[in-house]
Amino acid sequence: MSVALDRSQAFLDSVCQIADEVAAPHADEVDREARFPSETIEALRGAQALSAFVPRELGGAGLPLEAIAAACFQLGRRCGSSAMVFAMHQIQLITIVRHLQGAPWFERYLRRVADEQRLIASITSEVGTGGDMSRSIAPLTPAAEGTSTFEKQAPTVSYGAHCDDLFVTLRRSPDAEQTDQAVALIHSEQAQLEPTGTWDPLGMRGTCSPGYRVHATLSDEQVLPAAFGKMMAESMVPLSHILWSQLWLGIATDAFDRARAFVRAQAKQKPGETPPAALRLSHLMSELSLLRAEVASGLEEYVEIADEPGRERLSTMACALRFNNLKIAASEQAPRVCQGALSVCGIVGFKNDTPFSVGRHLRDTMSACLMIANERIHQTNASLLLIAKDV
Amino acid sequence: MTEEIREIISNHGRLPVDISTLAPDADLYQAGLSSHASVNVMLALEDHFDIEFPDHMLTASVFESIVAIEAAVSTLRSEATLS
Repeated sequence: MSVALDRSQAFLDSVCQIADEVAAPHADEVDREARFPSETIEALRGAQALSAFVPRELGGAGLPLEAIAAACFQLGRRCGSSAMVFAMHQIQLITIVRHLQGAPWFERYLRRVADEQRLIASITSEVGTGGDMSRSIAPLTPAAEGTSTFEKQAPTVSYGAHCDDLFVTLRRSPDAEQTDQAVALIHSEQAQLEPTGTWDPLGMRGTCSPGYRVHATLSDEQVLPAAFGKMMAESMVPLSHILWSQLWLGIATDAFDRARAFVRAQAKQKPGETPPAALRLSHLMSELSLLRAEVASGLEEYVEIADEPGRERLSTMACALRFNNLKIAASEQAPRVCQGALSVCGIVGFKNDTPFSVGRHLRDTMSACLMIANERIHQTNASLLLIAKDV
Repeated sequence: MTEEIREIISNHGRLPVDISTLAPDADLYQAGLSSHASVNVMLALEDHFDIEFPDHMLTASVFESIVAIEAAVSTLRSEATLS
């Protein structure tokens, strides 16, 4: 056990170093130019961080989810876009690790992730589904012996132009219903990505997420064997909410740290007097504590339930509500903390070029309520609340 | 009971296919049952059979086919008779 803890700690130490020495100095440029944080991702590759969750027998570090979550938080403190790229990669990867059901193609693939530090992007949203991930329109269509093709139109594909592989949700076959879905993992060289838009957003600019029309031909072995509903309920949905909320907390924590640094600087100018902004900082701390508590308890509860044999409880409505609420709460609270930091720092927080700037933090966290729109999640919750008992 | 369950799915499941064409063990989600419609099916089942599905039974697998639903309803009804 202590060896495992040591390995987690060593991993986190190297992620923190990358966050401080690589992600932080490039964060403003990544944001300004809306460019991919390639230095940070290269450094994470160098630290074998992209395969941190891959089991040791398949060449990875076999680290627990808590270590991945802490890494998302630490990266979030320095560069929200880098943290989001890392988190999305891990969501895809963990889903594959948990649901490959011994499929040889996927075991070989995970070894390649460990050897080559491959980066996985995802194509889960689709034009025409109104943001509903539990429906797919584009079907997997059988082609020549043992292969299939698809053409999917995605409104956003984060870092699609910078990844090695793509995790794609599809309708299982041309005659399947929209709710009968499958996941395919394709290599970027198997796909043609035709951009359908540009990328000049308010925040999370380094994730480089324009829309694409995607065509690909793949081997049938590249389709995950597990039932789609099970993958969604046990992994894809809760892991997204948990890892996203960790990095939103990271961004909000850095905004708070900047506000605190501002108040300390003021206090030093007039020794013996508590600056007026100190009171606002105290209010802000209680807002940050709420966010921290929700994010920490969400992770803790998930780890506990995911460790149960069969993980049946993760498929209950009570669990769906629990992790949906984590997403709603964290995505609303993180920008609130950043806005509070702005009101503490005032004009030096509003300017983009001071040590107390929090504009990027505010803009980055404003994307949170849109990543799977909160109103859509509320609609789902409203329906689940009609029938769930003990919530 | 099977017929009553089929009737409820037919009225509340908003399936794109005719329920009578589905085998008792056919996967209802593959047949197009959405998560929203499945909640309405559960509510109608509770109302019709005068039962309450406890949280641990509110999972996709319990409602994935007509036989699975029948098993769940039977379990709850026999528990109700015993108590």
